[in-house]
Amino acid sequence: MGGNFRWKLLSLVVLLGLSVYALYPSARYYLMSEGDRQALPEESLETLRENALNLGLDLQGGMHLVLELDRTGLRDSEVPDAMARAIEILRNRVDKFGVAEPTIQPQGEDRIVVELPGLLDRERAVNLIGQTALLEFKLVKSEQESRRVIERLDRELAERRLAGADSADSADLEFTHPLTDLMPFWPELPFGAGFVLESDYEEARDLLASVPLDSILPVDAEIQWGRDVEAYQGYTGRLVYVLDRRAQLDGSHIANAVRRIGLDPTRPNTSGVSLTLNPQGARRFRRVTAQNVGRYLAITLDDRVVSAPSIRERIPSGRASITGAFSDDEAKDLAIVLQAGALPAPINIIQEMTVGPSLGADSIRMGTQAIAIGAILILIFMVIYYRASGLIALLALVLNMVFLLAALAGMRATLTLPGIAGMALTVGMAVDANVLIFERIREELRTGKKVRSAIDAGYGRAFRTILDANVTTLISSGVLWWIASGPIQGFATTLFIGILANLYTAVLITRMVFDAATGGGETESLSI
Amino acid sequence: MLTMFLNTKIDFMTKRRLFYVVSAIVILVGIASFALHGGLRLGIDFAGGRLIEYRLSERVSIDELREVATAAGYPQAEIQPVRGTSDVLFRIPDVEVGEQATGDVSISQQLRAALQTHRPGLTAELLREESVGAKIGREIRGQAFWAIVISLGLILLYIAFRFEFRFGLGAVAALAHDVLVTLTIFSLFNLEISMPVVAALLTIAGYSINDTIVVFDRIREQSVRLRRETYFNVLNISINQTLSRTVITAITTLFAAGALLIFGGEVIRTFALAMTIGILVGTYSSIFIASALVLELRRAGEAKAA
Repeated sequence: MGGNFRWKLLSLVVLLGLSVYALYPSARYYLMSEGDRQALPEESLETLRENALNLGLDLQGGMHLVLELDRTGLRDSEVPDAMARAIEILRNRVDKFGVAEPTIQPQGEDRIVVELPGLLDRERAVNLIGQTALLEFKLVKSEQESRRVIERLDRELAERRLAGADSADSADLEFTHPLTDLMPFWPELPFGAGFVLESDYEEARDLLASVPLDSILPVDAEIQWGRDVEAYQGYTGRLVYVLDRRAQLDGSHIANAVRRIGLDPTRPNTSGVSLTLNPQGARRFRRVTAQNVGRYLAITLDDRVVSAPSIRERIPSGRASITGAFSDDEAKDLAIVLQAGALPAPINIIQEMTVGPSLGADSIRMGTQAIAIGAILILIFMVIYYRASGLIALLALVLNMVFLLAALAGMRATLTLPGIAGMALTVGMAVDANVLIFERIREELRTGKKVRSAIDAGYGRAFRTILDANVTTLISSGVLWWIASGPIQGFATTLFIGILANLYTAVLITRMVFDAATGGGETESLSI
Repeated sequence: MLTMFLNTKIDFMTKRRLFYVVSAIVILVGIASFALHGGLRLGIDFAGGRLIEYRLSERVSIDELREVATAAGYPQAEIQPVRGTSDVLFRIPDVEVGEQATGDVSISQQLRAALQTHRPGLTAELLREESVGAKIGREIRGQAFWAIVISLGLILLYIAFRFEFRFGLGAVAALAHDVLVTLTIFSLFNLEISMPVVAALLTIAGYSINDTIVVFDRIREQSVRLRRETYFNVLNISINQTLSRTVITAITTLFAAGALLIFGGEVIRTFALAMTIGILVGTYSSIFIASALVLELRRAGEAKAA
């Protein structure tokens, strides 16, 4: 035993110390009982979590979204600004949603990556994030005007339908009413709009989508569908409105949006959203209501009419409310979304991965089970085949795992399910270095060398091979790390670090143990 | 000492034509299967689409589930119950991904509603949902392709640098063989190729090269030592000498991959299967194919020089 040995031992102790230090927060955080968790103050819990091993979404459950900004309405120069605003708005929305540690990052020019760990309600999250949330207040055209427009549409649709038929005369045109046929109460307009039965909704919607509305309607009018199903005289159906194209007010005039119950006297226990307008908005609102008593004012969200109350009097208070068939959650989310603001451009979800918490927990359990079983089988084999030296291999393996986990924790890397698989594979491949060394030592012993020189020769010869072999796996996992993302990247990280740790433990540490075991006198035989 | 393969003297080189034929047959079968199935079965990360996995409160037959999927408006859905559990996977390819959530009901909601109508009282817990738009699918395909090409290229360079170019070619050819055979098996059983499978293929590449390097290293060492022997014999001797190490490492790695395959759960199963197959094939190619190719290349080189 010489100075060399002492340095190796020192390095080992230092590394072990660092590892324990790096892993301590993780151990505490994940193995803490619920009671202890409650007892700890908020801040300490936060720091503990931050320093602990990061679990990927596929292990803790949660949602990963890749969003793409729809740039069709924007000029190229406007995109960076729109991106920044969109991220800001999404951040506000997500903050209020109450997810711990959400991540919102830009990716490339027009993509945003959103991660919501621990999220349970996927539908709500998708709605909250995907909504453009364009809120507008538009006047509904007078009944007379509305009827005229609908008749015009009806005629246009009739002409198109008959254009396909072989024989047509003006008499046919007189009796063909594709659109109004679907409106049972025509020419009556319930709530100021055309009423279409729910069963006919799809057909009516398709009809309206089949014509170029812009060229048929008057310049200042537009058509919008109601958002919810309505009931009228015992029938359920949808409303189609003819609105003033110009918005009187929009989301920028809102100062505050809050969920309230009982805003609608006809739906006393239902939630709605109570809006408070800013001074400019309040002024406008006063003017609009004063000038249009008797008309309906449609409140539209993303080009669908949520409600269209009639203006009974001038409203000076700058308060308005949105009521409709809202669930408590929907109203709450709408308030959040209005408060945070409308997105500058529509956002599409182009990729999504949601993992429920039970699958996450299952995955952890099964992954660690697999590692344990694999490791045990390998250990048994090594001990049977290489006897006591097999135990040395075991020691190297354990240290390998400890260093690997510590490195992941220290780097704040994320452990994913493929990452756990990577750990299992590291176990299998790590043993290879030991096998190479042991086989060499056996060979040297067979040629009659003494124990000490057999060990020396074994390590010397094997080292080059081990290096070459592991470098190539480092190359392929390196390339994989660079190119892939998400869980697969986690796999590459684990494999890469695992191999580095393996080079250290398999070569240096086992050598140490051999030296320690055979140091001093002339050992006659080796249990290998 | 317990040993296997002590002083074996198997003549690998003479029988090498046999191994070429075996490999060629397998790869041909693969090509046929590829043609028959109209290409590889791509997972949603490459082809785009949606994957939804539910945990049902009781097992429901595939036929009933098909009715449910059709009722929800997705007759083209692939339905896969998970063996040993009441979990079910719905795969819906080519569906328009890109929800702009305004009043439009999402696919999982539609499925759930259909399930409820069909079997009221049945609960369906959402285990996971993945959706990939066609654009991203294309990108991921590109990523996978480049990952494989760049890895192979770098590995070739490294080996050419450490040994000689001939060895590099032999190694990479053996690697390509491994990837092709693994893909053949996937094609035969119509298994899905997804990003984790590509990751497995890359790992197998690294592992297989390990094996091959160990043999090459021994060849290099023995070429110097046994100068009087023919190259043919040197190759044979080297493979025999490294045989025990190659097999043992294969065994230990198989323990790990096998444990993952059997106990790792459904999410990781395809990956573990690719690993297991890859390890077996990689070991085969390192022993029977790689050195044989080096021999051919050397002989071809000598013939040209003559």
